[in-house]
Amino acid sequence: MHSFGYRANALLTFSVTILAIMCTMGSLSDNFNNPTPTSEVQVLNINWFQKQPNGNDEVSLTLNVSANLQSMFTWNTKQARLFYFGPYVSDILSSEGICGIFVSIMVPWSAAEYETPKNNLNQVSLWDGIIPSKEHAKFWMHTTNKYRFTDQGSNLRGKDFNLTLHWHVMPKTGKMFEDKIVMTGYRLPQEYR
Amino acid sequence: MDWQGQKLCEQLMMIMLLGFSILGFIAGYSKGSYQMMLLVYAAGVVITTLISVPNWGFYNRHPLKWLDPIEFENSPKPEILVSKKKVTKSVKK
Repeated sequence: MHSFGYRANALLTFSVTILAIMCTMGSLSDNFNNPTPTSEVQVLNINWFQKQPNGNDEVSLTLNVSANLQSMFTWNTKQARLFYFGPYVSDILSSEGICGIFVSIMVPWSAAEYETPKNNLNQVSLWDGIIPSKEHAKFWMHTTNKYRFTDQGSNLRGKDFNLTLHWHVMPKTGKMFEDKIVMTGYRLPQEYR
Repeated sequence: MDWQGQKLCEQLMMIMLLGFSILGFIAGYSKGSYQMMLLVYAAGVVITTLISVPNWGFYNRHPLKWLDPIEFENSPKPEILVSKKKVTKSVKK
């Protein structure tokens, strides 16, 4: 501590070390938060369900989405991203910055209409979004799928599928969290329309 | 800055930075605002810099008492001869 430069150096080093410790503690404090997010999705209408010229099935859905993700927001949350997935569909929702919805479909191996049932899990992202703040984390919306719900094949008729809300929570410092809510019991019609 | 001053300066710096960091963390956590924590800490770092980096007068209250040059002349000389001999020996080798 004998010279100006030495004192300035010591202060800078020590203050940055403490800053790192504070950020670590801020990140660890997220563990005290037990989020209880809720979400509901209703499929209001199937706008069209058709076979594309190249043989792939494509569906357009109208969804009624409501979610309350406010409990995911802490002082260390920057934003949240959300996704919805459907049969061959995915969704993402996030807490402070990004919000999305994924819909995921389990395609059973026993399904007869599959010539080559290569995949037992298919996910398609249907909608996504960013939630920039806690005030926006409780929402309700009426939307068609943002991204095309297309199967690589003609496997969608009469399929059961899940709609899954995935989210990534982006903290200001520390690890990114992710979680999801799976909503089951959706079914596509037997016929194209 | 004298020896006592240097010790005081280092202790002041550490205690103030730690104090402001704890204060900032509590303020930020209770307000639910990360920005609040960083602002309180940044203010603390600026204040600590102003107090501990410049060579203020209160760091110089215990000046070292050097011997007078005359007293130095009268005092016994350090044993320079011994070291000289050693040097010459090593050179001869």
